Amino acid sequence: MADAVIRFENVYKSFGAHKVLENVSFEVPRGSALCILGRSGTGKSVTIKQMIGLIKPDSGHIYVEGRDVTAMNAAELSRVRRRIGFLFQYSALFDSISVGENVAFPLRRHTNLEEDEIRDVVEKKLARVGLRGIYDKMPSQISGGMQKRVGLARALALDPPILLADEPSSGLDPITSQEIDELLLDLKHTEHTTMVVVTHNIPSARRIGDEIAVLEGGRILDRGSPADLEQSEHAIVREFMTLEGGI
Amino acid sequence: MRSTLSSIAGQCGDVALFGFRILRDSFRPPWEGAEIAKQIFEIGWRSLPLIAAAGFAVGAVMSMHTRASLERFGAEAMIPAGLAIALFKETGPLVTGLLFSGRVGAGIGAELGAMRVSEQIDALESLAVDSFKYLVVTRVMACIAVLPILTTVMNFTGILGGYIAETVISGMSFALYWERAWSFVDFVDYVPPTLKTCIFGFIIGTIASYLGYNTTGGTAGVGQASTRSVVFASILVILSNVVLVKAIFFLFPGAEG
Ligand SMILES: Nc1ncnc2c1ncn2[C@@H]1O[C@H](COP(=O)(O)OP(=O)(O)O)[C@@H](O)[C@H]1O
Ligand SMILES: [Mg+2]
Repeated sequence: MADAVIRFENVYKSFGAHKVLENVSFEVPRGSALCILGRSGTGKSVTIKQMIGLIKPDSGHIYVEGRDVTAMNAAELSRVRRRIGFLFQYSALFDSISVGENVAFPLRRHTNLEEDEIRDVVEKKLARVGLRGIYDKMPSQISGGMQKRVGLARALALDPPILLADEPSSGLDPITSQEIDELLLDLKHTEHTTMVVVTHNIPSARRIGDEIAVLEGGRILDRGSPADLEQSEHAIVREFMTLEGGI
Repeated sequence: MRSTLSSIAGQCGDVALFGFRILRDSFRPPWEGAEIAKQIFEIGWRSLPLIAAAGFAVGAVMSMHTRASLERFGAEAMIPAGLAIALFKETGPLVTGLLFSGRVGAGIGAELGAMRVSEQIDALESLAVDSFKYLVVTRVMACIAVLPILTTVMNFTGILGGYIAETVISGMSFALYWERAWSFVDFVDYVPPTLKTCIFGFIIGTIASYLGYNTTGGTAGVGQASTRSVVFASILVILSNVVLVKAIFFLFPGAEG
């Protein structure tokens, strides 16, 4: 595991008496994609939020590129976050600024690009997620599916080597959803982006994931390639893998 | 009962820590100048019509009362000065502070609350932005900068309102009214009470930011953060005013006259 970009080590997390994660460990090798599968409320979002320090585990360690996120100060955490693109489950676009300015936001904060260069990069990123001519629209003026794609464009603005995506294709029509899968695959192949993708969508998990981890009851019930999981010792995992649509 | 009290005490401690963090972070880079300017516009410029209209009406009403009182002593010539002193020393700063608690306190509480529950604050953090500095410190700085200016607007539109009320009755010229209004006003009557509103600004900004930034419980939580911001900011402005007036008397013995 010399080059695990993300590594969870015995992570526990509760909210009050509610135990969400109990002893979760896994790692994601550089350039590969891990899909996290599981029912609603099993802690998938909590898991990936912990990777950028938005939520702190009660115990255990989380390493990103070999350094422990749980022990970082604000400046160190900020450096890690600049290397990670994060797509929120509900997009979390800034609703007081335009769609284009949402994507431009990280560029304005963290690069010295000129105004016309920023505009250029933003249009390219929006085009990459299949959106054109919506720079000046406000987030409230576009559909949920479009917001999701803008969120992805914003997450990719700084060309991060790591991408964490929380249900990138939920709420999208099947065709757009497939386009997003293609985009993620393309990122993996051309830019060797390391990815963790939370999804409900089994076919899409099969396409994107080098590995799939099934989260159930606070634990990683099983983890492996799609082919491995079809042979899983856990009936519920085998059943998941046969589902055509979402969980 | 005991648990309620200790939870209130805990909240007060949290707010105090929050306020301390604002002060500490306001002396550390990055300064977020562009965002402060934007907030000054949002918070200050857009409050101007409210403050000006209120000032005009308050000045007119105070002038009528002042006339009614001073007439009895045949001291009509003192009406402009009486109004100016009452307005500058107390009414202007306090009314501005309370109006500001309502408009800006509710606004900050709701805006930050909505950003919290829709994960926009988490999104800022995910983009390697210090959300506390970017959202909270900038708003509180803007409140501190803007309140003395708004108070001055209230004071001057108040004098104008007072003049209109007076000239309707006595036909006094503006030049004479203006001169008489300022004839008894000293430095201590104007500057310390106006500058004390910086502290109102800090209190209002801190309370509303604290409640908004720490919102939980979805849309209902946002409404609650907004309402509570107004309630707690207003009451704290009124209470802190007692201490501030006393402090001004202590620091500027001339102010008691
Ligand atoms: N900030 C929080 N406070 C309290 N409970 C939370 C918080 N975030 C998540 N939870 C709880 O943790 C559990 C897992 O949530 P989540 O990770 O969002 O599930 P999902 O797998 O659907 O993404 C849920 O029961 C949720 O209610
Ligand atoms: Mg989720």
